[in-house]
Amino acid sequence: MKILATYNIKGGVGKTATAVNLAYLAAKAGHRVLLWDLDPQAAATFLFRIRPRVKGGGKALIQGTRTLDAAIKGTDFDRLDLLPADFTYRNLDLLLDSARKPERKLGRLLAPLRSGYDVVFLDCPPSISLLSESVLHAADVLLVPLIPTTLSVRTLDQLTEFIDGFEGKQPGILAFFSMIDRRKRLHKEIATTLPAQRKDVASTAIPALSIIEQMSVQRAPVVSFAPRSAAARSYVELWKEAADRAGLAAD
Amino acid sequence: MRDALREFVLDGATLRAASDGVPLAGLVPVGPRFRWQPDGRPCSVRRTWLDTFDWRLYRAGLTLELTSRPRGPAEYRLTGRDGELIAAQPANQAAAARAAATSGSRSPRAAPQSWLISALPEGPLREQLAPVVGVRALLPVARAVSTARQLRVLNDDDKTVARVTVDQMAPGPKAPGLPPRLVITPLRGYVSQADRLAELLTDVDGVTEASIGPLEQALAAAGRHPGDYTGKISVRLEPQQPAAAAVASVLTSLLDTLEANVPGTIRDIDTEFLHDLRVAVRRTRSALKLAGDVLPAGLAARFRPEFKWLGDLTTPTRDLDVYLLGFGGMAAGLVAASPADLEPFRAHVARKRAVEQRQLARGLRNPRFSRLSRDWREALAAVPASRRARPTARTLADQRIRKAHRQVLADGAAITPASVPEALHDLRKRAKELRYALEIFGSLYDPGAHWQAIRELKALQDCLGMFQDTQVQMDELRAFAGEMMAGQTVPAATLLAMGEVAAGLARQQHAARSEFAGRFRDFAGPGGQSRILALTGEARG
Repeated sequence: MKILATYNIKGGVGKTATAVNLAYLAAKAGHRVLLWDLDPQAAATFLFRIRPRVKGGGKALIQGTRTLDAAIKGTDFDRLDLLPADFTYRNLDLLLDSARKPERKLGRLLAPLRSGYDVVFLDCPPSISLLSESVLHAADVLLVPLIPTTLSVRTLDQLTEFIDGFEGKQPGILAFFSMIDRRKRLHKEIATTLPAQRKDVASTAIPALSIIEQMSVQRAPVVSFAPRSAAARSYVELWKEAADRAGLAAD
Repeated sequence: MRDALREFVLDGATLRAASDGVPLAGLVPVGPRFRWQPDGRPCSVRRTWLDTFDWRLYRAGLTLELTSRPRGPAEYRLTGRDGELIAAQPANQAAAARAAATSGSRSPRAAPQSWLISALPEGPLREQLAPVVGVRALLPVARAVSTARQLRVLNDDDKTVARVTVDQMAPGPKAPGLPPRLVITPLRGYVSQADRLAELLTDVDGVTEASIGPLEQALAAAGRHPGDYTGKISVRLEPQQPAAAAVASVLTSLLDTLEANVPGTIRDIDTEFLHDLRVAVRRTRSALKLAGDVLPAGLAARFRPEFKWLGDLTTPTRDLDVYLLGFGGMAAGLVAASPADLEPFRAHVARKRAVEQRQLARGLRNPRFSRLSRDWREALAAVPASRRARPTARTLADQRIRKAHRQVLADGAAITPASVPEALHDLRKRAKELRYALEIFGSLYDPGAHWQAIRELKALQDCLGMFQDTQVQMDELRAFAGEMMAGQTVPAATLLAMGEVAAGLARQQHAARSEFAGRFRDFAGPGGQSRILALTGEARG
């Protein structure tokens, strides 16, 4: 079972859109996929038309009174399940703080799902916290959407440095440019030059297109309702790079 | 958790009524909070069910299906007893084409190794199947073409809460359709909605809960049923039945088993076809020795040499199979040598086996075998079945089991620490005869007492088998080494590794010899003896 997490300290950079579309593509490729919506805003849960509620809330999951397995819901798509968000996830940091080795907790919770899933996507809330630290430890590959600015590249360097300090397993990093506006010279420049210079930056960039925003109206991944769109094609290319980084078959 | 499917059968009128617009929507109102939605156009699916020749998956409550769509993807699906999905894996088109191209017979035309589990892609499906299937090949057992119409039941968020398939299945493209099936597949986390839908469906006229699965339905259309082959003696004898008729019916059943395994042995599909064929021959020979005297005069004497010929024909290939099947364990047991050192030895055995297999196939295609098979069946069918003939089956069984038991006791008691290996070998043969007597007449006895008697005998047989098999393997190992040396291609490291294997065999043989006295004491002790006597009724008298 490979764990891929979409992570960035900033919000609104395309984490959920990436998790939802890549999870769909992984399931389409034949993998058994679980997407855990860890964000109390529940955007991924909403996109799959599932009610954002977990019996007993985040507390039951973290304390183990309810297994992750029991909280999982099937989406409308074959082989793709969702562990819904719950508003109580806003307290996950506090709950983790009282757990033993909190930075390893998420990995321990996911371990029993190993026989049932080939791929798990973790859609993280924008923050740097105990929860995100636990996500970073559990993940095999971090998918980091970047807005093409000098500042966001600096944030990537900080993240890399932080992970380098991990003892034992370290996740691989695959950053990619998101919300690219081709009309902006800076966007074009950074999105072209950086992937050539850095191995941890994907050559695929996700453009800023209104069809991606349509996902919240259609309540489905763009790769399912507009598979021939430019946005869908970009997600397919990104999935290929992510699958390659995770050692998974892309199709 | 895995959720069971809910399956129903529709009668023709219900299906016709449901075939316009959104099927079933008018027939099964799902209430204000839910609605039906068609899901794509009806599609045609080619279905092939796979199992081992001896139905290992079916007996384990598993169903393996290979589905493919015209110009679409192919997929293996492993499901449990209630139709719940356990594992799925995309299949390559070659596998789908191979399964579809194979005729309806039980002997596939494709290269034998393509049916072995090692030909499946690595993954959860193979992991689930491997311990159940073992060394057996997965063969097509039934085929059908399904025209499936998909529907969804949506809640007020337009979220799918259940998938429904109306499946019109036919055994072949031009064959008449079977009663259509309606299958509710619950979505994970939405089981109560699927249960409610199932409740609503049970109230609809012309819709009944399915009593059999699609595999059974497809098999029934082909005049078969699952589990229709077993290597065990399945004939049921009656205690008061004339002994001659009982023995003839057992022998006929053994001939059925033997013949069923011939095509798979000739095609070399997997090693167990030959194994089961040999067991049927050995049981036949034992039955002739034990009870051939109740058959019409001269019958046993006429056929005994023929079955000896058949047994001898099959021995070389099986002996080499045993080597190759045990090769992994042999290599894993090496301490000084590396498993790779044994590879030239494995290749040598595999080459010899290929030669022997061709000889075996030629022998089984020989008119001598078809004559034996035909004449034997005719002779058994002609055994008189007069109701008043004596002895009865039970009387004969009691006598012969006791006789075989006494023989084992006498031969075993004569063995001392100074006895030569041949003495143990002879005892092994006597123990096998007793085992076959117990198996042949097994249906006449109380199952619990019978099982207990076999269990005790099996412990002794395992010890004797280990002693004898290691002796044979050591002798063969020396012969193989000689052959390989003569070929002048054997690396020194291989000979050293073979020497280490021989030393391991000698240790195993020594351990078996040391265990023998204890095992025989357990078998021949008062408890063991009284159980055999109680089983065969002597204790009553």
